[in-house]
Amino acid sequence: MEAVRRLNYRERRANRIGTGVSPAVVIALVAAAIFLLVGSLLSPIFAQQTVAGLAQGAVFASLALALVLIYRATEVINFAQGEMAMATTYFAYQLTLWHVSYWWAFFLTLIIAFFFGAIVQVAIIRPVQRSVIAVVIVTVGMFVLIDGLVTWKWGADLKFMPAPFGNTVYHVGSVAFARQDIGTLVVTIISVVLLWVLFKFTKLGLAMRAAALRPASAALVGVRVNRMLAIGWGLAAVLGAVAGLMTEPTVFLQPTMMQAVLLYAFAAAVLGGLESPAGAVIGGLALGVFLNLVGQYVGFATSELRLPIAFAVLLIVLLVKPHGLFGSKQVRRV
Amino acid sequence: MPPLLELVDVTARYGPVQALHGVSLTVGEGEIVAVLGANGAGKTTTLRAISNTVRREGEIRFGGKAVGRKGPESVARFGIAHVPEGRGTFAELTVWENLRLGAYSRRGSVKDDFARVLSYFPWIQDRRNQQAGTLSGGEQQMLALARAFMQRPRLLLLDEPSLGLAPVLVTEVFRIVRELNEHEGLTVLVVEQNAHIALQVAQTAYVLEVGRVALSGPSAELQEHESVRRSYLGY
Repeated sequence: MEAVRRLNYRERRANRIGTGVSPAVVIALVAAAIFLLVGSLLSPIFAQQTVAGLAQGAVFASLALALVLIYRATEVINFAQGEMAMATTYFAYQLTLWHVSYWWAFFLTLIIAFFFGAIVQVAIIRPVQRSVIAVVIVTVGMFVLIDGLVTWKWGADLKFMPAPFGNTVYHVGSVAFARQDIGTLVVTIISVVLLWVLFKFTKLGLAMRAAALRPASAALVGVRVNRMLAIGWGLAAVLGAVAGLMTEPTVFLQPTMMQAVLLYAFAAAVLGGLESPAGAVIGGLALGVFLNLVGQYVGFATSELRLPIAFAVLLIVLLVKPHGLFGSKQVRRV
Repeated sequence: MPPLLELVDVTARYGPVQALHGVSLTVGEGEIVAVLGANGAGKTTTLRAISNTVRREGEIRFGGKAVGRKGPESVARFGIAHVPEGRGTFAELTVWENLRLGAYSRRGSVKDDFARVLSYFPWIQDRRNQQAGTLSGGEQQMLALARAFMQRPRLLLLDEPSLGLAPVLVTEVFRIVRELNEHEGLTVLVVEQNAHIALQVAQTAYVLEVGRVALSGPSAELQEHESVRRSYLGY
């Protein structure tokens, strides 16, 4: 049956042609960047909030990118992405309990996360992948399952890991930057750039894009589509692990640590256009900065309003620009 | 020496609908073979049976060896390039990336292959970074041929290359198919509605009717055949 099932890869989408980035979006992004730069030069608090926002946004961005990777390949939102990230962060915690130093635990966890994601695809997603609804329900089920297993194994109380970047604060003029924020930003930027290089410049990356875009055609040139999907889920889990590990220093380790982050990441991914990796990254960064600046300068916007504001942004984007900032036009050609 | 490709009593179905009722055909090394027939006669399904993209029964031998049921990926690795209906273009990727994917299952450099592709399709040089979906229909058909050629196949399966193309372009596509056959020794099995051009290019042809081979023989003979003339050539 397996062979037969594999014959019927779905190719349901229209051609996506063009970069999908309209001049208006580019102008808006450039204007926002200038605004942030000028603001940061004029006000130390503005600068601090912007950098902290970028750091938070980087975490949203990496989880959003994980969502986008899977959405492009499987056409579903993986609702368990945040919980998978949380679970892998617990793996790292367990490693540090075994006296593995933080950064060794960090890299080991990324490797474990890759296999975790790939195995999830092979064992749980692949058997139901012909039905989008089934996959969605399975990911929701995984959300509950992972949550339960982690709570059972490690308990629901707060756990603490060694601080990866320490509590150093750098002073540039009158502006104070937390080493934690800079570190988070650097780690996420490195992982996103590595992923981009993989997809853009390697044969494996090309095959993965082909398998995600047009599985039937990819199989005809010899690409092992199912293997590529498993690798894609593995890479998404690695990104999730990065997001989890970079979230831990601020909210500490608890089974619910990624739930809000997943929602922000979802908002970021939709903001960027759901199918656009670059959109997810920019969407995440923009959301992080926006939320921080609103929290700082808008009096009534207390932290309870962060999530509602994020979704107000999402709603406005969907009303004004349904395909997101970087979503492409759907074109059909004979 | 066994023929390059041999189908013995191949049947195939889509759910409850039987598309092939036992098709047998052979393709010799270095030959161009055409499969003709009306819509729904099973032409496309015949190609899909060979590349394992439809569930089929019966025996298919390639180079004397049985083609297993291991899915289209492994058939591609045997050296069978299938340009399917809709040409299998990766519309979102660049022209160059499409060609690179053609050579996916081979290791090592693709520079030489690319140079050879350019000798047949010189226009590709300037368009290599263009998104493939923005090419015209004719260009996309050429790109599909070029991509298949990058695969260095022993057998090329071509599904309706004339579909949606202006007559001038149809002639051009078949001219290149013939060139690849003559200069590179490429064996081609082409499915075609346009019997005129297919019979001109192919040495041998099969006519399918409702999932069976109704007629077969050298193209020259079929061209003279009464019922072929009436049904497919229209005179």
